[in-house]
Amino acid sequence: MYATNYHRASSVEDAVKLASANDEAKYLSGGQTLLPTMKQRLAAPSDLVDLRHVSGLKGISVSGGSIRIGAATTHAEVASSTEIASACPGLAHLAAHIGDPHVRHMGTIGGSIANNDPAADYPAGLMALNATIVTNKRSIGADDFFTGMFDTALEDGELIVAVEIKAPSKSGYAKFPNPASRYAMTGVFVAKHGDGSVRVAVTGAGSGGVFRQSDIEQALASNFSAGALDGITVDDSDLMSDIHASSAYRANLVKVMAKRAVAAAG
Amino acid sequence: MANVSMTVNGRSVSGQCEDRTLLVQFIRENLGLTGTHVGCDTSQCGACVVHVDGKAVKSCTMLAAQADGSEVVTIEGLSSGGELHPVQAAFREHHGLQCGFCTPGMIMSAVDMIKRHDGQLDEKTVRQELEGNICRCTGYHNIVKAVLDAASKMGEGAKVAAE
Ligand SMILES: Cc1cc2nc3c(=O)[nH]c(=O)nc-3n(C[C@H](O)[C@H](O)[C@H](O)COP(=O)(O)OP(=O)(O)OC[C@H]3O[C@@H](n4cnc5c(N)ncnc54)[C@H](O)[C@@H]3O)c2cc1C
Ligand code: FES
Ligand code: FES
Repeated sequence: MYATNYHRASSVEDAVKLASANDEAKYLSGGQTLLPTMKQRLAAPSDLVDLRHVSGLKGISVSGGSIRIGAATTHAEVASSTEIASACPGLAHLAAHIGDPHVRHMGTIGGSIANNDPAADYPAGLMALNATIVTNKRSIGADDFFTGMFDTALEDGELIVAVEIKAPSKSGYAKFPNPASRYAMTGVFVAKHGDGSVRVAVTGAGSGGVFRQSDIEQALASNFSAGALDGITVDDSDLMSDIHASSAYRANLVKVMAKRAVAAAG
Repeated sequence: MANVSMTVNGRSVSGQCEDRTLLVQFIRENLGLTGTHVGCDTSQCGACVVHVDGKAVKSCTMLAAQADGSEVVTIEGLSSGGELHPVQAAFREHHGLQCGFCTPGMIMSAVDMIKRHDGQLDEKTVRQELEGNICRCTGYHNIVKAVLDAASKMGEGAKVAAE
């Protein structure tokens, strides 16, 4: 790891100020992506602004069907929240299957979506749930937030403060983990919303990162059951092909994981 | 340079290190507690697991400066008064180790796992929860047996204590 300067932020304003003081500064949340990347010398921020002690970035609140999760809330906290388990069980299941227990104790929702790894789990959940990403400057809809592989709508120094979700009537997530890394080789989140619409988002498979699968959305909007997907063929032209799986294999996984996610949503 | 102070195994310690110093380096090199191991470069093997403020974390994926002000427990802090911790005793009893390199991390993870599940564990859960700990020798079988045995013994102990 190259040398860096550590700063501990005490508030949202303090964090933004510390980060803006240097062009090459980066926020450090759970560190479960940034520190491994720095150890490999693939990232070399001059300054790290630690968000773990900013109380304004933490915690889960659920009231009247509105869910708010602070950006520095850990995967373990989301996975073990009884409020999330009842308001949005698919999201609790998703968080419980990220990495391993140690990673879940440190890694955070804000760090995961800021990074937007094409195989990360949260981007699929937030896109299917039509979440709003609240930053220190504005609110961004999930469809506009995730702009491509490792790419988001965040500007330099912009800080994610929280994620807001309207509780869906049904939600489910199914992931086929890469047998070695446990990241999603394909993961599908399905959400049926209060107005009857269905959103389906896929991670781990798209060559441009997380995306919505409209054929599956339409089929489920008229009949929300796994059987409704029997006749679907997923087009593999924009899917990834690598040593782990071909695009045709991933296309089949999209369908199979979507069916499992619907079955889990009940 | 960072000045860091923390409680490690019940003892207040402080020291100076670079801001980029990993918690595991601080524990091994500044404090001389070499029970915590480094088995990989990629945050995947779990040989470095310690407890920070009561939670199992990979000490190779946290800066010492991030742990400033925290309570840390390492493998050296588990036994008390010359008695092995029940998880350590179960690993010995069930041959849960061969070369022993992964063992400190396995045991720290097992203690955390048993606590989070209130001692209520089955084989499938133990195998799933060991996702972040890699062993090159044992094939995991005896590790799983040791964790299950320790969980049931600690569960009984907790019940007896409550009665
Ligand atoms: C062994 C291992 C297995 C893993 N398996 C999985 C898996 O199965 N699925 C999965 O989805 N992930 C997995 N991860 C990644 C993990 O979920 C990370 O926690 C997550 O990707 C990043 O979150 P973090 O809080 O650790 O962020 P950090 O590493 O601290 O930061 C990541 C990036 O986000 C930026 N950032 C952080 N917080 C904010 C904020 N509030 N506003 C703006 N920018 C911010 C940082 O500057 C940095 O660029 C794994 C990681 C490891 C080490
Ligand atoms: S040394 Fe920490 S995970 Fe391998
Ligand atoms: S006993 Fe050798 S690595 Fe586990």
